[in-house]
Amino acid sequence: MTVLYTTDHEWLRIEGDTATIGVTDYAQSQLGDVVFVELPKVGRQLKKAEAAAVVESVKAASDVYAPITGEVLEVNEALSAEPALVNSDADGKAWFFKLKISDKSELGGLMDEAAYKAHTA
Amino acid sequence: MLARDTETPLLKTPLHALHLARGGKMVPFAGYDMPVQYAAGVLKEHLHTRTKAGLFDVSHMGQIALRPKSGKVEDAALALERLVPQDILAVAPGRQRYAQFTNTAGGLLDDLMVANFGDHLFLVVNAACKIEDEAHLRKHLSEICTIEVLADRALIALQGPKAASVLAKFCPEASAMKFMDAGPHRVDGVACFVSRSGYTGEDGFEISIPADQAEALAAKLLDDADVMPIGLGARDSLRLEAGLCLYGHDIDTTTTPVEAALEWSVQKSRRTGGARAGGFPGADVILPQFAHGAARRRVGLKPEGRAPVREGAALFADATSAEQIGSVTSGGFGPSLNAPVAMGYLPASHATIGGTVFAEVRGQRLPLRVSPMPFVPHGYKR
Repeated sequence: MTVLYTTDHEWLRIEGDTATIGVTDYAQSQLGDVVFVELPKVGRQLKKAEAAAVVESVKAASDVYAPITGEVLEVNEALSAEPALVNSDADGKAWFFKLKISDKSELGGLMDEAAYKAHTA
Repeated sequence: MLARDTETPLLKTPLHALHLARGGKMVPFAGYDMPVQYAAGVLKEHLHTRTKAGLFDVSHMGQIALRPKSGKVEDAALALERLVPQDILAVAPGRQRYAQFTNTAGGLLDDLMVANFGDHLFLVVNAACKIEDEAHLRKHLSEICTIEVLADRALIALQGPKAASVLAKFCPEASAMKFMDAGPHRVDGVACFVSRSGYTGEDGFEISIPADQAEALAAKLLDDADVMPIGLGARDSLRLEAGLCLYGHDIDTTTTPVEAALEWSVQKSRRTGGARAGGFPGADVILPQFAHGAARRRVGLKPEGRAPVREGAALFADATSAEQIGSVTSGGFGPSLNAPVAMGYLPASHATIGGTVFAEVRGQRLPLRVSPMPFVPHGYKR
């Protein structure tokens, strides 16, 4: 299992051909109290950098982009009922969606944990 | 190539250092470096203000003394009535009233508070409009009044159900004040102007204090366990739940007081048939609207789902029609309602409480219920 990061403050947990995607703890701290999450439909084909989900705080709405190309396999319905999970457990229970990875070469452009830490430092 | 730096440096209020020391997340607002939130976050700050008390730095707002050259405050009141549709003459000493500066088209140049301090009027205007407001006052009232911008004063708002008990420790007579009472009072021994008013829908006070005394008083108020510092984020969600207009968003130069559903703020004496009817800019547009209504109206809107509908969202009569009928002017999440809330303008034909309209959000049409305001009952001490 590998965890990778984007410059847009998303994390990807890679297990075989599946990538589980969420936003980082740094991202949630910047967003503030999350009050609404809109998730993509299962089966949707997402292109890399396409707006895939929306996360809203009291003050503002932010897009969550597909960090890689792939088909949406599963979404985390728990976030619809309890958006605040994004604040309390961004790296864990608050995953957003799972993608079937189309092109593994796209993973090459992402950061590992050390590089992401340096990016947010 | 670097972008050319054309930004003027941000101004700082007398409480700027306090914001930084308390972990304020600073953002530019109306030319000032202001806290949008503190470590607690918008949600907790909002709820704390509704249940206990919040302290807001509103020192960026403009404070103006309007002094009659004759020495008679009535002359200043009558002069100001040439610029606003409110009855200023009827504002008794020690009282305050909500008002608007109108333009010749009946639109609003700014909204403001006007207090009668016995020998002069005290005005509080919006930060983003204060330069223009001062020029407007000088242009039209200089013959009758001296216009003094009180730039050396801070403005601290203490809002919430515990505000009165907290302030009473520093200003015992504040407890006897009623909603919209305003006047000079000593707060912790410092000569201040105190009004029982605010912008949250809660009971509370606004305290105008000499700039060099502001930080000490704010720190003492914040020492009270009931008081938390509150940023602009919660200020906005609180006023939205209270159904209060934000200038530049819900009201502006294109909205009349009638369109903005602010008829309550225009007293009968200034309407057609009143003792001093008209005589303010745009009266020929505004007064007929009292009799015949306006083509559009500001309404409360409650999204039926969980998704916030934000400022700028286009409004439609149904889920499919191509014709836009209005726009959302303020919208977000209401922490006290635990639901999204919004306000916007609709044609009079659709501005009926209980009706349903649709907002376009990310390509989808979301239903909203036209709702009475305030969304959260006001807690004013009348």
